[in-house]
Amino acid sequence: MNFKLKDIVPQLITVTAVVLVFGFFTYNAQINMENRGIDFGYGFLSQESSFDVQFSLIEYDGSHSYFRAYLVGLLNTILVSVIGIIIATILGVIVGVARLSPNYLINKFAAFYVEFFRNIPLLLQIFFWYFAALRALPLPQDAEAIFGVFFLTIKGLYVPAFIWQNFSVFFYSIVAAIIAIIVIRIYAKRVQENQGKQIPVFLISIGLIFILPLLSFLIGGVGISFEVPVLKQLATTSFIYEGGVSLPPELIALTLSLSLYTATFIAECVRAGIQGVGKGQKEAAASIGLTPNQVLKLVIMPQALRIIIPPTTNQYLNLTKNSSLAAAIAYPDLVLVFAGTALMQTGKAIEIVSITMFTYLTLSISISLLMNWYNKKIAIQEK
Amino acid sequence: MFKYLKQLTSLVAMVAVLFTFTTESMAAKKSKTLKNTQKKGFVRCGVSQGLPGFSNADAAGNWTGIDVDVCRAVAAAVLGDANKVKFTPLSAKERFTALTSGEIDILSRNTTWTLSRDADIGLTFVGVNFYDGQGFMVRKSSGITSTSQFKDGISACTNIGTTTELNMRDFFNSKGIKYEPVAFEKADEVVAAYDAGRCDTYTTDKSGLAAQRTKMSNPDEHIVLPETVSKEPLGPVVRQGDSVWEDIVRWSLNTMIEAEEYGITSANADMMKTSDNPAIKRLVGAEGELGAAFGLDNDWSLRIIKQVGNYGESYKRNIADTGILPDRGPNELWTKGGILYVPPAR
Repeated sequence: MNFKLKDIVPQLITVTAVVLVFGFFTYNAQINMENRGIDFGYGFLSQESSFDVQFSLIEYDGSHSYFRAYLVGLLNTILVSVIGIIIATILGVIVGVARLSPNYLINKFAAFYVEFFRNIPLLLQIFFWYFAALRALPLPQDAEAIFGVFFLTIKGLYVPAFIWQNFSVFFYSIVAAIIAIIVIRIYAKRVQENQGKQIPVFLISIGLIFILPLLSFLIGGVGISFEVPVLKQLATTSFIYEGGVSLPPELIALTLSLSLYTATFIAECVRAGIQGVGKGQKEAAASIGLTPNQVLKLVIMPQALRIIIPPTTNQYLNLTKNSSLAAAIAYPDLVLVFAGTALMQTGKAIEIVSITMFTYLTLSISISLLMNWYNKKIAIQEK
Repeated sequence: MFKYLKQLTSLVAMVAVLFTFTTESMAAKKSKTLKNTQKKGFVRCGVSQGLPGFSNADAAGNWTGIDVDVCRAVAAAVLGDANKVKFTPLSAKERFTALTSGEIDILSRNTTWTLSRDADIGLTFVGVNFYDGQGFMVRKSSGITSTSQFKDGISACTNIGTTTELNMRDFFNSKGIKYEPVAFEKADEVVAAYDAGRCDTYTTDKSGLAAQRTKMSNPDEHIVLPETVSKEPLGPVVRQGDSVWEDIVRWSLNTMIEAEEYGITSANADMMKTSDNPAIKRLVGAEGELGAAFGLDNDWSLRIIKQVGNYGESYKRNIADTGILPDRGPNELWTKGGILYVPPAR
């Protein structure tokens, strides 16, 4: 290595400046906190939290620790992000393809949807779905049953709970189906490469995923029964449903607004991806006798995906970060539970905000890494 | 490369030492807050985002309320003008950070005085300007008239970041009732959700319930249940570590309460200078040197009474006449059956 002074000096100055600025603020914060008698430390995480949370995926109440409360918030954030990403992706792909449809009505409807939802601030949309839609829903006692078992009310969506017998047999049957599908795909690929014969893999896969679990019911002794929600009176005009599973309206409103909003951006990514594949590719594929479905599946999509994945990753990250707006409508996510209530009860602002920031950073980087891995997998394999 | 790293670390160490010396000398013993306030020309006061009777802004941006009056009293004492206050509306979540970080100098925002807040997070409570307690509001049509009629599965709307969340758990746990807490960040959203029928009950301090009830689409449909489930002494808060400023805020509040006790009002304050009672003469600055202890002139308390009024006037103007809580209850003077009792100003 050959260092020259003029190469090093600017870098040294930059590093020193960054370290100094950072050091200055850290030091100041330390002095200020000392002067005001505030202790710094993460010991509070093991203390009893003494507040309850509305909705939790793990067992939790106020007698658990602040760390447990953090996990509750984190899991709720992950839950709403995962559901949101799945719905937004499905909706985004449909709308993106619809925007390219030659059908005038479908095309214009998709365009209208995209322009409408992506141009209204997300927070307003969340408020709309929560407060406007909430007021439109009936009280529990006035709710009409949907298919006799679902109840959509102002206090939430009540759905029947499944009660399984021999659930493990059912679970293994699904695992077996998935393994069988993978084996068949590998086999089909080899047959095609060696003999040029095509096996209808898709149909076989669909069949397997239905038939194997069905068999588990018929001969594996798997049984299923439903626990239907029942109306219960609390007071003269106050009712709830008991039994079954209840999805709080906060979760529904948040998922709905996040996915409707993000789907518009994903739709544009999908449209750009498909349009980015040269017209010649499609014509060439058609000229060698591929059916339109095969053209889309074998020629267009593999190339389009390479264009679609990187900007879509950004949208997934946005959705995850936007889920922190949950605090506005009482969905107990990480920001509401941990950076909200826990921060207030302990007063540990720096500690809690730093943990929360680090958590979002970790979440986003994980999604990024996963998508980068997938992107690499579908990228052009240079041989 | 390591050569440069070594130089870098020694540089950082040197700068760190330098900072130690500068901050050491800056730690002056006098009241920095008072000095800064006089230099700026206004009192920086943290209030709520809108709680009628306590701190609420009208359409023109004028703040009124008994919490607002505490800050106005301090401004009258320190700067001579009760209007020289800059109000910062804060959510329950932001309030303590705003105070400890120095963004505001007084937090007067219906804040409950508790041990952990006083001891843990760098705050000092200076007194109580409203004795409150947590209660529950329900719809009249529900037929509920007492908390003893609450049943498993009840949903309760409230604010996050308050003692309410903790009291609610204590209350429902002690009764063995399973409940669904629905906690919002802002009070307006709590009211909207409860009003829409999302929750069976709305719980917060009773004064807050009375004030928020006026915001409902039909206030007459709701009642506040008689039970009080907690003690909520609300009062102004200052940063820990500036005892002079702490004393100024404490005695500004005490002056308002003691003025009521001695019958001194904004209207008769000047005439009281010739009173025979030395306690009254001290309060209106005609006797003694009470202001000197804080570094203020002797008319500081007279200005508070003249410009803001005594506690009774403030209560009547903000809470009684607005129909929020016409009955003063525990917030009556100790001489009239309440629990308002302040140390003597002498």
